Amino acid sequence: MGAIWEILPGLGDKLAAHVVLSASAIGLAMVIALPLAVWASRSQMVSRIALSFASLVQTIPALALLALFFPLLLSLRAVFGEGLPTLGFLPALMALTLYALLPILRNAVTAQANLDPGVLEAADGVGMTKWQKLTLVEAPLSAPFIMAGIRTASVWTIGAATLATTIGQPSLGDPIFAGLQTQNWALVLAGCLVSAGLALVADWLLWWIERGIDERKRWKWAGALAVVALGISAALWAQSAGSEERRIVIASKQFSEQYILAQLIGARLEQAGYAVEYRDGLGSAVVHSAVASSAIDISVDYTGTIWTNYLKRADNPGREAMYETIAAWEARKNGVRVLGRLGFENAYAFAMRADRAAALGVASLADLAAVAPRLTVGGDPEFFERPEWIAVRDAYGLRFARNRNFAPTFMYDALRSGEADVISAYTSDGRIAADRLVVLADPKGALPSYDALLMLSPRIAQDRGVIAALEPLIGAITVEAMREANLAVDREDAGKLTPKQAAAKLAVKAGL
Amino acid sequence: MEQSAPLLEFDHVVCRFGEVTAVGGVACAIAAGSFVALVGASGSGKSTLLKTVNTLAVPSAGRVLFCGEDVAGLKPAGLRRTVGYVFQSVGLFPHFSVAENIAIGPRLTGEKLAPARIAELLALVELDPSLAARMPDELSGGQRQRVGVARALAGGPELLLMDEPFGALDPVTRDALGRKVRELHEALGLTTIMVTHDMAEALLLADRVLVMDQGQLVADESPQALLAGAGGDVAQGLVAVPRQQAERLAAMESRR
Repeated sequence: MGAIWEILPGLGDKLAAHVVLSASAIGLAMVIALPLAVWASRSQMVSRIALSFASLVQTIPALALLALFFPLLLSLRAVFGEGLPTLGFLPALMALTLYALLPILRNAVTAQANLDPGVLEAADGVGMTKWQKLTLVEAPLSAPFIMAGIRTASVWTIGAATLATTIGQPSLGDPIFAGLQTQNWALVLAGCLVSAGLALVADWLLWWIERGIDERKRWKWAGALAVVALGISAALWAQSAGSEERRIVIASKQFSEQYILAQLIGARLEQAGYAVEYRDGLGSAVVHSAVASSAIDISVDYTGTIWTNYLKRADNPGREAMYETIAAWEARKNGVRVLGRLGFENAYAFAMRADRAAALGVASLADLAAVAPRLTVGGDPEFFERPEWIAVRDAYGLRFARNRNFAPTFMYDALRSGEADVISAYTSDGRIAADRLVVLADPKGALPSYDALLMLSPRIAQDRGVIAALEPLIGAITVEAMREANLAVDREDAGKLTPKQAAAKLAVKAGL
Repeated sequence: MEQSAPLLEFDHVVCRFGEVTAVGGVACAIAAGSFVALVGASGSGKSTLLKTVNTLAVPSAGRVLFCGEDVAGLKPAGLRRTVGYVFQSVGLFPHFSVAENIAIGPRLTGEKLAPARIAELLALVELDPSLAARMPDELSGGQRQRVGVARALAGGPELLLMDEPFGALDPVTRDALGRKVRELHEALGLTTIMVTHDMAEALLLADRVLVMDQGQLVADESPQALLAGAGGDVAQGLVAVPRQQAERLAAMESRR
């Protein structure tokens, strides 16, 4: 775990981004919640509607709330034009602001409701106008309770902001998600430590402000407030120092192969003199729309994924026809340029432990159907919602005793420990060979092919420099080379590589 | 004195809250310089009637005239700053010091009260000037209500309204503060209206007693007339309580 101390200094820019995002969300939530609380204290109906809405938002998982803003903003482009960002800071800010509303609003409304009626009558009785009553009596007397609400909101927001990574906003979630995928626990721990530390420091500073207001000690709250302001300014300064002209943005989905390929692509572009930026750990659906809208410039996607999810096709015309159809469709429909196939397939396949498959007499999906009712199948979190699964299930009449979801990294562990009997594996995964797994045959051809595609957004679709830098990648990566690179990142022994190191090795192997 | 125009006039004031009629058509005039006690049982409407003066309660019908002007036409905040008001719940602002509480009325109009004036107001209600820097929660109940009276007097009002001002105080403090207020009434030339449910207090302090019952004004007499048996059944019922107490105490004393 000594590695943590080497990682921490490198997290400065993530920390700065995290601070700016969290502070903006809390600030915006205050700007919305405080006037709303004043209004709510004067109207029962407003109070009920506002609190119900804020509570409802709270029941939506933070991850889902963040993801929901992408399609929402995409549809709002019809109103605000193409310049409206759909990924990154804006949707993250909006989702986190909604999330921070409830504690601030609830505490402010409760504080107002619990003010001594005698004091309120006195405020009227001595001749205060409504504004004087609010600023001289209601606000100062409610302030300690409101601060308590802001503290709660801050801790929540700083925690939830780590999830902003999934919609392409840099945050302390970046090391956490990258580490989870590549089983780099030092990276995960470093991200968690810094974000927990940030939450504690924020909570502590806000506590000083709360105490200062409560005890009417100006130096106390003003001092703590100054430290908060200083921290936010430092983060803003650190951020603005880093930003330049638009870079080429490379996406990766949440598995090792994607991290490696993103690094491989990035390295080639940097050699060609481009400035690049990575958006790691994005959701699969987000990546496809993001490239179409040029929020992201380059991604690696797979023919089968696009075929079933976006063309909504269930047939299987064969590998070549599928590729040609998709390339034409992307160009026509989205303006996205499919530069070509990288050369390997990462297909969905069903894998079992060799001993278990032999004992059950299973060699193909048809054999599996007979014993499935006694078995547990494991899939990645989206697998059982995907059309591929539905196609296979219906083609072979697969009915399992249990369906379980695992993060891709943990599926192999589940297979090893017997928590799953069969898993949805990926054919480019190095662990299939390393764990000596059996890949079940698909005699009915129910699973489509999954050629890895290099996708360019409309913004750079005609960029000759980019195309020249990336064209050598087409057809250059064999499935064996990809498996080896994947295994090097996924393994847990001394040979473990970072995605960047694995990408460099893969480049050599591919003769680039 | 009776011939001069009244400072305050209730012109058939009615206050309804939904189905409940708190004040059912009260008409009476109050001359400048008088000390009027408004007496009645709980729920008789006396507090609501008092609050119509500084528009903390708004009549459903009828008018309240202050110096001949309908209070409904005046700016509420401005009106309330010129009328002193003392509450049963005292209502000191817990986040303000004693001095800040006393100075709040003038502060609302942008006027800053000099420390000497605050000391003078504290002296009026027999409090030590050193209390000026204290917070309300450091004071006793009696001290707090004295600060409440000082706050009501800070703007130099002509009219002082008191809503059960001594209700929450112990009998000794209550008696002392009652006398003090009467003394201030004389010294400052105030017109005072005091709501109370205690007829003894009303008889001892006021020079005119109004009795309310179920929203109606049922008696309007001087203390002397009430003690002589005037004012009707409700008023006499209220007078009977302290009178009988006094008689029983006198009897106990003579039996010693």
